[in-house]
Amino acid sequence: MDQLLINPEYPHILSTLIFLPLAGAVLLLFVRNESFAKYWALGITTLTAILSIPLVSAFDTTTSKFQFVEQVSWIKSLNIQYVIGIDGISILLIMLTTLIMPLCVLASWSYIKTRIQAFMVCLLIMEAAMLGVFMALDFVLFYILWEAMLIPMYMLIGIWGGPRKIYASVKFFLYTLTGSVMLLVAIIWLYINNGYSFFIPDMMWQNYSSTAQIFLFLAFFLAFAIKVPMFPFHTWLPAAHVEAPTAGSVILASVLLKMGTYGFLRFAIPITPEATMTLAPAVLWLSIAGIMYGGFTALAQQDMKKLIAYSSVGHMGFVTLGIFVLNQQGVEGAILQMLNHGITTGALFLCIGMIYERTHSRQLRDATGVGKHMPIFVTFLAFFALSSFGFPGMNGFVGEFMIIAGTFEHSMVLALACIPGAVLAAAYMLRMLQKIIWGGTDNPDQSWIKDLNVREIVTLTPFLFFVFWIGLGAQPFLDLIHISVENLLNNYHSFTAPAVAVTEFIIH
Amino acid sequence: MQFLPELTLLGAGLIIFMVSLGKTNTELTRNIAIGLGAAIFGATLLSYSAEGRLFFGAYQVDLYSQVFKTLIAGAMLGVLIFGKDLKGISNKIHPEYYLFLFMSVLGLMMLVSSVELISIFVSLELSSFAVYIMVPMRDDSGKIRIQMEAGIKYLLFGVTATGFMLFGMSYMYGLTGSTDLATIITQYSTMWANPAYVISMMMVLAGFFYKLAIFPFHFWVPDVYEGASNETTAFIATVPKLAATALLIRLISQISGDGQVIINVLMFCAVASMFYGNLSALVQKDVKRMLGFSGIAHAGFVLLGILTFQITGYANAMYYIIGYVLMNLACFLVICNVSDKGENVMIDDLSGLHKRSPLMAFTLAVGLFALAGIPPFVGFMGKFMLLTGALKEGYMLVVILAAINTAIAIYYYLSVVRVTYCSDPEDRADIASPSLIVNATSVALLAAIVIMGVSPQRFVDFASTAVQTIM
Repeated sequence: MDQLLINPEYPHILSTLIFLPLAGAVLLLFVRNESFAKYWALGITTLTAILSIPLVSAFDTTTSKFQFVEQVSWIKSLNIQYVIGIDGISILLIMLTTLIMPLCVLASWSYIKTRIQAFMVCLLIMEAAMLGVFMALDFVLFYILWEAMLIPMYMLIGIWGGPRKIYASVKFFLYTLTGSVMLLVAIIWLYINNGYSFFIPDMMWQNYSSTAQIFLFLAFFLAFAIKVPMFPFHTWLPAAHVEAPTAGSVILASVLLKMGTYGFLRFAIPITPEATMTLAPAVLWLSIAGIMYGGFTALAQQDMKKLIAYSSVGHMGFVTLGIFVLNQQGVEGAILQMLNHGITTGALFLCIGMIYERTHSRQLRDATGVGKHMPIFVTFLAFFALSSFGFPGMNGFVGEFMIIAGTFEHSMVLALACIPGAVLAAAYMLRMLQKIIWGGTDNPDQSWIKDLNVREIVTLTPFLFFVFWIGLGAQPFLDLIHISVENLLNNYHSFTAPAVAVTEFIIH
Repeated sequence: MQFLPELTLLGAGLIIFMVSLGKTNTELTRNIAIGLGAAIFGATLLSYSAEGRLFFGAYQVDLYSQVFKTLIAGAMLGVLIFGKDLKGISNKIHPEYYLFLFMSVLGLMMLVSSVELISIFVSLELSSFAVYIMVPMRDDSGKIRIQMEAGIKYLLFGVTATGFMLFGMSYMYGLTGSTDLATIITQYSTMWANPAYVISMMMVLAGFFYKLAIFPFHFWVPDVYEGASNETTAFIATVPKLAATALLIRLISQISGDGQVIINVLMFCAVASMFYGNLSALVQKDVKRMLGFSGIAHAGFVLLGILTFQITGYANAMYYIIGYVLMNLACFLVICNVSDKGENVMIDDLSGLHKRSPLMAFTLAVGLFALAGIPPFVGFMGKFMLLTGALKEGYMLVVILAAINTAIAIYYYLSVVRVTYCSDPEDRADIASPSLIVNATSVALLAAIVIMGVSPQRFVDFASTAVQTIM
């Protein structure tokens, strides 16, 4: 238990964060008033966001242990515990989640017109489950939340989604659930080989046999790669993104995708270091394939949401690239890029949603030339688009730069291979920007379009704030994650050193 | 006290028989039946802690049997309440229907306590024969005679399985010279190398496999589920499974590790049931048929728990079958209420159910998600514990195959949820709002499914205590 740190000042802060939205959702079930449901959901999510601030202020950046830990025995006969805690790898994702949720409620204010109450219940349950996934230190708790989250997300897409919502929601559900089935077997195997314990820190850095590690890694990989999604498991993502309501797309892009990469960092590397080393080249090249594939496909899209969705595939390719080069800069850049992608892509989806609310079309050609009539909107959009392809001074640049620097350190070939991806990102983003702001001679009549209202500006401003904060002064964010990453990599290197030595011995 | 639930059931049967003699009053019959059901449930609770042996040792009353009797009575009460309108049964024969229902339950309760071959056989037949009659009692409004086909199929398959069982029992008696289960088991425990012992045991198990619908004794399931009225199917799909599992645990728990041949055969049956059930369920259009195939797959999971030959494994199997009954009751509650005149419910008939009847849609969704094994419901915990137990015993391959099956199963459960939540009702009529007592039952089932899923500890401990009494 030496990996755990209980913070006496805030003994139950994490549980509060999980159970507050959950309780809010349960209470909301008994209310039959739609406008109350909106304010209630906004209030609960805002309160959660405020309550999560002490996590950062009281976070100890000098230790890689899990902090704010709470531990209660849950199912004794199987030794399952309710144990939650956070470290440098999860803290940014938790803050991102609590930040995004109130903004999602705001974004759905006039977008959702039917069954508002049920929608808000789904959002609140999602928040509880997502926070729980990032905090869980017991594998069964993690798995339960990981799977349970699918139900409200399925409902979000399936009930409030677009015309092909049924296809999209079913595909999303089947892909993710099928992927995690083998994860369950892996969890049980680990439990049996770890003295019957599901406690995640105890499973890390053990000497499992090489064969077992390979199988475990493959089980992890299938579950997490589908969630990220990595090429070639990405096909559910465009469908789900396109059909989901704005809030659903934002949650999907900002938080759900991060669970895959979080899974790699939390489970794949510490539990199966040797297999990670053996299989990392394959994962790296898949990441490159994802970057290129996402970029080229985004370039050809007419549907704005699809464009952003494919750009997500590319961006997440950068994240997995950063993780699997396995050096300090790469991994730190990857974690920062997870945050960046959450902010930027979330904001872009919000922007697209705002156009959609006005024109009721996601087609690029229906939205051309709105710049003249929506100056505030295109200002926001331009900043987010620039940040998305990594324009210096904005958040995307910092993350991408670190990842590419880390990749250079790892292998020149890989780094050169990923550079065209960065160029492609600029190409498709600028193409979209050009069309939306100016368009051409055949623009549809957009003079009736109203610019953003106060609510929409309030929704987008926090995103812009973080775009520049991370872009201009990323150090506070990196400080939070630094020690945890360093510890992760040190352990990784010490556990793979013998294997490396053997290989070198054989080669020479 | 030891025999109170059975006596109450007998009495209930007699009262209903009296009712059937007079002019049929549907309302009155229904109220009497539900009242009697509640009384029987009360009786099982009263005799909950009873212990002892009756009828010269042929009838064992212990915690294990009493727990199962309570569950059987509870599930029966549930079926009585939500199937109270008996839409699929002609008004004239409601009393007779209830009479056979009670007789069948009597057989099942006796089965749970039987520890001797003849009494096992008698009670199994009592429970089966009553159901053979209940199946064709469906009102033939559509003139399709589907219920007759189902009845005949059920009967013929049942008789065949019983034949196997009797044949096996005769071997058992011939090999050991006794019909007492305890004596038989002591003699068997050292003789697993002998093929006669293995074959006789497998033949006897066939009878229970038939009740529980395990491959290769599952052929009756889809047609009977489809052909019987919704209420009858709800009964067949839940209550007999409890009793069959109870006796299966009693029998298999006595096979020692030496019986490797029989273990392999059982394991094959478990995996084959899962694959057969899940793959066939994928293409069904009738909700009851689909649930029938899914039932075959779930029976495979139950067998997986029993095959660990550990007390925890039996307790897990018990937990799983209880959970299964709860989830199935939830689904059938919806089917019985959605069906307007007692006709079968197609998956398409559920379109837009969330607009027509939100509570029913929610109940169905929770029931199906739970059956699919998605947390935080009881189905997930059950599967999880079964897989953990099986992997502890080193059945890696079986566990992987079972996990693959979970993935297959999700598709067909999800497609029903999809229809209820994501399709429009088009011009389908609203569901008549179910009565208060039905709504209360559905909320109670939902609560039970969630509570058992979130804090399984108490239930598994309890099941272990119960199982320990028969070891």
